[in-house]
Amino acid sequence: MKPLVQMENIYKRFGGIHAVEDMSLELLPGEVVGLLGHNGAGKSTFIKMLSGAYQLDSGQIKIGGDVVNITNPSSAKAFGIETIYQTLALADNLDTAANIFFGREILTKFGALDEPAMEHAAIGVMGRLNPQFRKFKDPVSNLSGGQRQSVAIARALQFNARIIIMDEPTAALGPHETQMVADLIRALKREGIAIVMISHDLHDVFDLADRVSVMKNGRHVWTGTTEETNKDEVLQMVILGKLPDGSYAPGILSEENA
Amino acid sequence: MTDKSAKSEGGLDSKLKRATVAANIDTRLLAMIGAVAVIWLFFHITSGGIFLSPRNLWNLSVQTSVTAILATGMVLIIVSRNIDLSTGSLLAFLGILGAFVQTEILPLEGAHSWWLSMVVMVVAGCLAGGLQGWMIARFTIPAFVVTLGGLMFWRGAGWLFTSGRTVTPLDSTFKVIGAGSIGETWSWVVGIIGFAVLVTLTLLNRRRRKALDFGMRPVALDVVILAAAAVLIIAFVMTMNSYNFPRSEDGRGIPVPVLILIVVACVMIYVANMTRFGRYIYGYGGNPEAAELAGVNTRAVVIASFALIGGLTALGAMISTARLNAAPLSIGQLLELQVIAAAVIGGTSLTGGVGTIIGALIGALLMQSLQNGMVLLGVQSAPQQMIMACVLIFAVWFDVIYQKRRK
Ligand SMILES: Nc1ncnc2c1ncn2[C@@H]1O[C@H](COP(=O)(O)OP(=O)(O)OP(=O)(O)O)[C@@H](O)[C@H]1O
Ligand SMILES: [Mg+2]
Repeated sequence: MKPLVQMENIYKRFGGIHAVEDMSLELLPGEVVGLLGHNGAGKSTFIKMLSGAYQLDSGQIKIGGDVVNITNPSSAKAFGIETIYQTLALADNLDTAANIFFGREILTKFGALDEPAMEHAAIGVMGRLNPQFRKFKDPVSNLSGGQRQSVAIARALQFNARIIIMDEPTAALGPHETQMVADLIRALKREGIAIVMISHDLHDVFDLADRVSVMKNGRHVWTGTTEETNKDEVLQMVILGKLPDGSYAPGILSEENA
Repeated sequence: MTDKSAKSEGGLDSKLKRATVAANIDTRLLAMIGAVAVIWLFFHITSGGIFLSPRNLWNLSVQTSVTAILATGMVLIIVSRNIDLSTGSLLAFLGILGAFVQTEILPLEGAHSWWLSMVVMVVAGCLAGGLQGWMIARFTIPAFVVTLGGLMFWRGAGWLFTSGRTVTPLDSTFKVIGAGSIGETWSWVVGIIGFAVLVTLTLLNRRRRKALDFGMRPVALDVVILAAAAVLIIAFVMTMNSYNFPRSEDGRGIPVPVLILIVVACVMIYVANMTRFGRYIYGYGGNPEAAELAGVNTRAVVIASFALIGGLTALGAMISTARLNAAPLSIGQLLELQVIAAAVIGGTSLTGGVGTIIGALIGALLMQSLQNGMVLLGVQSAPQQMIMACVLIFAVWFDVIYQKRRK
């Protein structure tokens, strides 16, 4: 199958910090890839270059085989890339519908905001995630952590994405909501949507992902299917950068000793 | 799904919830209206029945209009985490510019002088505001610094036109903007049109929600709100109509500055609540990073908000100079602080993201009522300023407590 996304040899620096160095990742249609790594490994930075939140220093991104230039969040969205950010990126003072449609509001034919239409759609999409949710009139600052996360996920679902990036989507969710998100990820997968899922929960990752990719100190350690590895090996890779065959990934040891 | 939620929204439990949500939004507004009422009664009694006379209320409404017009713009500036300290000076600059254009560049009393000079003022106001906004957005210079620069710059720029000489008299048609009023009949017409617009909007909103088949406000509540609006409109028009022209039986009716304020307020309420631009202002104020990640052109939003307050400052400059029939360099001194105070007293939070146009209008009315009442009681201007300062600090303190309580 032809890859939907190819991120090749990506570098990103913040001043003196090499946040991402020579990291690559491929995504097939309908595939879930789990991106794993320590705190500060560079996972969020890496995916933010696909979301358009950051500009890459060097390397390239291909979508459908063509090299593309993702210059800002809008251009990523135009390619069908939706992101659920680790910080959720919600405007706390706005309500659920306003957050879901933030930046992509529905307008009436006179050019005014079409509040009823947006609220209507918000009720629909939130129903897929959190059927008990009723606080549509409240600013999202009044919502629980799990409800806020649902709003952030709803925003990614509302706009027919081809690629969804989830940076720790279930961190604030209870077991029931986590199950709903897991079901949702399976449903999206069946629709042919490609998903990058960052998570610290190895159980969730092995449950949902087709492949895992491990990062350490901004570098690529290992990528492979969940069948060819297990949780213990992955844990070794995450913590030590130690590959299944006992060797170390290039660049990892020198970093460690430095 | 939709069906179910539509039904459950009518349930008793959610009805209660919605009532409290609605009440939550309104408690603060009601408290402010209560404060204005208390102030009015206090001054009415202590001034021996002068404060609530038609004549004084008419004057109060004119005095409020410039502050209130600017405060509607200041709300959006503060909501989006900026501040504008330049409005008083910019008002002086634009006033002098307009006076210069209509008396020295164009023929004084020329048929087109009055409106051409107004166009020049609005364009110059938007450009000046937009320029400040551009420096803030493009180079991330803090708004406090850029507009503090504006505070010093614009009054100086005004001086250049006339070398400090006060331009007077102004065009006689132009003077209507500040000193005119529309008479009894037209005041009623305006009142009736205003009420008709409110009814139409209520009906349109109900129809739109019905078409989508969900949650509607109870009819009774809409009727009560409209009835209250009708009473207020009638009381307002009657008051304005009972202040007569000198040696005449004819009432003055709604003053032109107040008419301008009404139009500005309606437009700004629409902009703040019903347009993309307004949504971006509030969203950006709530979380600038979220706005950025949502693909909002945040620079353009900030620049537009400053261009907007620049345009409103031009309206303020027209009213102020037309009322005085002159454009002195000293006009609009400390106005920026009054405008900021009006917005803050009206519930605009200096931490951004929170504030309403209606609140700012009531804030402006409250400030101006205090000032007007103190003048009636013969309070000197030095203690006046000290009292206003205390009111401002009290209002911010109240806001701090209010924001904490909500969390
Ligand atoms: N905007 C930034 N400016 C400067 N340094 C940054 C910035 N964003 C990230 N970094 C640094 O880059 C490195 C990678 O951070 P990143 O947030 O990508 O890690 P992560 O893998 O997502 O970690 P976590 O699991 O904690 O979310 C860290 O050392 C971090 O301090
Ligand atoms: Mg992260």
